[in-house]
Amino acid sequence: MPKTLGVIKPTLVAFEEPIELSRGGRLSRYDLIVETYGNLNADKSNAVLVCHALSGNHHAAGFYDGETKPGWWDHYIGPEKSIDTDLFFVVSLNNLGGCSGSTGPLSTNPETGEPYGPEFPEITVDDWVHTQARLADSLGIVRFAAVVGGSLGGMQAMQWAINYPERIGAAVIIAAAPRLTAQNIAFNEIARQAIVRDPNFHKGHYNKHGTLPISGVGLARMIGHITYLSDISMGEKFGRDLPRADHDSDGANFAIEQYLRYQGQQFSERFDANTYILMTRALDYFDPMDKKKKGLADLLRPANSKFLVLSFSTDWRFSPSRSEEIVEALVQANRQVSYARLESVHGHDAFLIPNPIYERIFESFMNRLHSELGAINSDQ
Amino acid sequence: MINNSEKIPKWIHENSRVLDLGCGEGQLLAQLIRTHNIDGLGLELDPDKISICLTQGLSVIQHDLNRGLPNFNDQQFDTVVMTQTLQAIRRPDTLLEEMLRVGQEAIVTFPNFAFLRNRIQLGIYGHMPVNPQLPHPWYNTPNIHLSTFTDFEDLCKNLVIRILDKDTSDLSGRHTLLGRIWPNIFGEVAMYRLTKEL
Repeated sequence: MPKTLGVIKPTLVAFEEPIELSRGGRLSRYDLIVETYGNLNADKSNAVLVCHALSGNHHAAGFYDGETKPGWWDHYIGPEKSIDTDLFFVVSLNNLGGCSGSTGPLSTNPETGEPYGPEFPEITVDDWVHTQARLADSLGIVRFAAVVGGSLGGMQAMQWAINYPERIGAAVIIAAAPRLTAQNIAFNEIARQAIVRDPNFHKGHYNKHGTLPISGVGLARMIGHITYLSDISMGEKFGRDLPRADHDSDGANFAIEQYLRYQGQQFSERFDANTYILMTRALDYFDPMDKKKKGLADLLRPANSKFLVLSFSTDWRFSPSRSEEIVEALVQANRQVSYARLESVHGHDAFLIPNPIYERIFESFMNRLHSELGAINSDQ
Repeated sequence: MINNSEKIPKWIHENSRVLDLGCGEGQLLAQLIRTHNIDGLGLELDPDKISICLTQGLSVIQHDLNRGLPNFNDQQFDTVVMTQTLQAIRRPDTLLEEMLRVGQEAIVTFPNFAFLRNRIQLGIYGHMPVNPQLPHPWYNTPNIHLSTFTDFEDLCKNLVIRILDKDTSDLSGRHTLLGRIWPNIFGEVAMYRLTKEL
């Protein structure tokens, strides 16, 4: 039986100073909901920031009281796991604009007294990294031992290495890409169209109309979900099986249809439509090269951190060749980079799923970082 | 396993940038970081070995050498090292050229197929050699391009590669008198330092 963190409680951290956002918006104040695991050491050098992907949140590991489903990365965060909470102090937050407790479209706009809804300002990966750095300040963390993330989370880790080279010891970039391709943006656009074309969406003002665009959000999730899996994993799990009789089949002809409908339904009950649009836009606009008009290698040259880049063989949402673009740029910039292309049948979702060699490589890298912490401090 | 620990470090400059092709568990890189303060990078295919490199804090990239070295710039490294791997590569000639494109110097080691024991096993007994130097049977061996010292030097000549240094030894890195006199008969392991520069 693997060890677990046990029961976890999130904390709400309030930021009363305004923030200017990179696409022109502004928030006079905001809250971030945060979970932490493990203990911060005396010199505050063992902190690890975990960044979540498109629909993730702050609940990365452990259990909420009375619940049986752990956080989304529980397999990789905990005692004696890849990110060992006996060694590291892990910080996990719901990003600004989210719908799990941090300030986002569901929150009340202090200037109008109404929920922001579709008026919530546009957010970018840069803004997330900025607010995460403010969160670090509030926790007294000058430098993260590592910033870690998969998919959109990996992009945040990469942006950290670019924006705050002195505040990050290592960036772990898993199943990510240096920026989206037209195909990636196209999938996000179909998902957004599914939402905005739902008659219950009301241009984002569904709360005012007392409706919810459940069918649009569900459809968006079904599309997204297909891109997170692989043909092989869907074939292994469902093949051409018929719907399961013990679940509501709702007219589905095949098990995969029943599964996608169930996933869409579950997601639409927990995820806000405006947040989904906001998050997919942040993903689309992510392009660290565009703003500085530099190649990726030039952009990464000032980075001081070590890098671990990981990709998965059957991931077609962000295929191994996309990760290899990051690796190639880091090699050309003479940065310290390690890379593995891990075998998995699970497509993009592989970064969340148990996999012995992935665990071993991730853990080897993290444990070594921890053993180097003392050396870094004695150098300074 | 062939012992490279003695000679290779003598051919590496202090504080230089070194690429190790097929770095395995990173013994050579770790040693060179300790003794020569190199900036080292390894390429390795086996993820278990990559994991062992990571526990030592080494930088290592998973890569199949049969794909060449397209991700590296010209002259990005001072030295590119490849120990006991040349004979397992699909196109040793193109990889040698690649090594000297990305590095100023290359260090290559490989087993000498013309070593006396191999000559006896093949020439007298009529069998493909199987011995501590070449432990695999012919039908299941990674060593698909075996060569002799003479063959290798011919290839270098064809590719206009200059041999800066060479060294012959037995499997444990020892030098024998006969190996020095007739390397292509009595030398078991060849070690070459190469460059493209004139």
